[in-house]
Amino acid sequence: MTPARKQRLSVVLLIVFGVSLATVLALRAFEDNILFFYSPTQVLAGEAPLDKRFRIGGLVEEGSVNREEGSVAMTFMLTDTLHQVAIEYSGLLPNLFREGQGVIAHGRLREDGMFVADEVLARHDENYMAPEVHEALKRAAREPVAPHGEGG
Amino acid sequence: MIVELGHFALLLGLGMALVQGVLPMLGAYTGNAVWMRMARPATAAQLAMVAIAYGCLTYAFIQLDFSVLYVANNANSELPLMYRIAAVWGAHEGSLLLWILMLAGWSMAVALWSKRLPEVFSARVLAVLGLLSVGFILFTVLTSNPFERVFPIPVDGRDLNPLLQDPALVIHPPLLYMGYVGLSIPFAFAVAALLGGGLDAVWARWSRPWATLAWVFLTLGITLGSWWAYYELGWGGWWFWDPVENASFLPWLVATALIHSLAATDKRDAFKSWTVLLAISGFALSLLGTFLVRSGVLVSVHAFATDPDRGAFLLAFFIAAVGGALLLYAFRANKMTSSARYGAISREGFLLANNVLLVVATGVVLLGTLYPLIVDALGLGKISVGPPYFNAVFVPVMLPLVLLMGFGPFSRWKRTGLLDLIQRLKWPLLGSAAAGLALPWLIEGSNSLILFAALALAFWAIWTAILDPWQRWRKLKGDGRRLPRSVLGMCLAHVGIGVFIIGVAVDTEFGVERNLRVVPGDTFEVHGYQFEFEGLRTVAGPNWDAVEGVFHVTRGARKVTTLRPQKRVYRVQADPMTQVAIHPRLRRDLYLVLGEPLGGGAWSARVNYHPMVRWIWLGALLMAFGGVLAATDRRYRPGAR
Repeated sequence: MTPARKQRLSVVLLIVFGVSLATVLALRAFEDNILFFYSPTQVLAGEAPLDKRFRIGGLVEEGSVNREEGSVAMTFMLTDTLHQVAIEYSGLLPNLFREGQGVIAHGRLREDGMFVADEVLARHDENYMAPEVHEALKRAAREPVAPHGEGG
Repeated sequence: MIVELGHFALLLGLGMALVQGVLPMLGAYTGNAVWMRMARPATAAQLAMVAIAYGCLTYAFIQLDFSVLYVANNANSELPLMYRIAAVWGAHEGSLLLWILMLAGWSMAVALWSKRLPEVFSARVLAVLGLLSVGFILFTVLTSNPFERVFPIPVDGRDLNPLLQDPALVIHPPLLYMGYVGLSIPFAFAVAALLGGGLDAVWARWSRPWATLAWVFLTLGITLGSWWAYYELGWGGWWFWDPVENASFLPWLVATALIHSLAATDKRDAFKSWTVLLAISGFALSLLGTFLVRSGVLVSVHAFATDPDRGAFLLAFFIAAVGGALLLYAFRANKMTSSARYGAISREGFLLANNVLLVVATGVVLLGTLYPLIVDALGLGKISVGPPYFNAVFVPVMLPLVLLMGFGPFSRWKRTGLLDLIQRLKWPLLGSAAAGLALPWLIEGSNSLILFAALALAFWAIWTAILDPWQRWRKLKGDGRRLPRSVLGMCLAHVGIGVFIIGVAVDTEFGVERNLRVVPGDTFEVHGYQFEFEGLRTVAGPNWDAVEGVFHVTRGARKVTTLRPQKRVYRVQADPMTQVAIHPRLRRDLYLVLGEPLGGGAWSARVNYHPMVRWIWLGALLMAFGGVLAATDRRYRPGAR
């Protein structure tokens, strides 16, 4: 090989190395860190995983916020107007969290059906609703019959 | 009347931009010197018209002319003057006008500072910039006209988004835009070089200070945004890998790669076509960032404008500008052969590794940002990619980059002996490894591997970045010469990286967060600081009311401070807002957020102890300052050899 070819080969090899490093890292990280979104209807239908974190979204049901005495722990019901899932959370709520407001929670589903959230998000705009929540509500509105056991 | 004048001036600006974009280009093509010479006056005229348009909109805001829809949506009679002026770029339409003004300003700067460049070349550069201006002005006029009237005229306006009523937010968007727009200058230089055949690499030298300046503005804009998110959003963090943050970070990563590869192209005629590609990608990513933020395809705290027409226009513009440039590249790149030869261990080799790692980092961040959109578009479900992904892919790529960064400046062009290099740097290598191991263990008894790696690399970065100019200075002193600014700038920026890493590592590892339920009279302790919650009082600002908590902080017998976090309600947009109370010090921040009433006089509150968090922004500021030094090196002054 001429020196020029040799040099070009080393550049190509370096780039191939870089790209494969990136691919390996990205795939491994994706495996653990992608959060899927489920609506309460989908969770009750058993579509949501028990062993993985995911996101759940809907409206905070009126009158469902229940604070634990003497701590910042709380529970509330998240609804897509068809079904409800109970959420347990401990920590500071976002400014726009209130009953009737659309929120998204990140966390895990416990065996007893309680969703243990480690993060609760509500967007910084009183008129704004996360598109996922909006869509889940629309879908729930289209299916007036309780779809237990079938895919949402 | 003034408003119509502004609209008219913007349309005239469009005409001037057309002249600036077309005539000099044709002149360069046909060799018509008169047409080429039109570039500078057309640029000046475009800037004048755009500045008038911008001034008119600002005037409408100061006068609170609510007959203008954009003013009515983003101001209010109670809004203080400073925020009225800043409200011009508080939402989509006006921020586009600011963008156009900056593009015209950058173009004018190029027009003024390129007089010693060949006429053909500067005509092409200004023409490319003119065509970009045409695209952005058309976008504004067709889809986002800030001068639109509204009828009936509202009695009062809807006020500026409360999140944006903050001094840092007054300067964050302009700085960031200066960076975004600034990347169009290296883009224009690269395209002009391609148009001209690009047989030599002098254009690389000409575009170096511009690329560095754009990078400086991006750095400052991102830093300010991070700082703002830290104290205004009240989430307790300084970076969230939010899609819009990523949209500004991606061009930064590529711009960082670009300023390094430009060095190799300038000095050694190496990586010529690669540098052109980076210049195109940097601009492409800043356009992509705008598209992602403006089109509403991204869901984030920043996504304020959602309009499919805008998205479609921006996408078309993106394809025209970037696609055109890439097409040109495809035809011309084969002519750009680099004459440089170099060994694997050489300055060029280190710069190449720098570029590969930075581009890999850009790729993984881009992938994480776009992946949810792709999955959604394919109908495979709604997903989100959170910070753990980005930390898992970004950090492993950055750590080797910092290791190589220490070696790079000590290596020679063409070829360096590896053993010789290690021999020269054995003390920094051993010393920083030892310090990285010993310090956290001595201070906090920590034995985290990643903390050791991060601190060792940070010391290594700082040590080598100080040793390098010191050795050069001692060599030069004998001849009575001084260190060039570009060397000092590079070293300062590299020190900044080390300072930044120390801040990130220490805050991540030793930061403390506690969520509490507090009743007036309560005391609690966080990391050795005693907090006493005295009680609440109400306070009022010009356009808001707030509940304020009063917390006295002591450490042992010493009084530290009184923290007053607030829960604010802006009277027009009735969203409650968190006003964080911070006691800042170089070695730690105390950070207190008032949550919500829990009933019975109790409130929720969050206390953060952030050790060395200021070093993060301090490091970034050092980087930016280093960039300023490097960009103003006399070597790049027009006419310098």
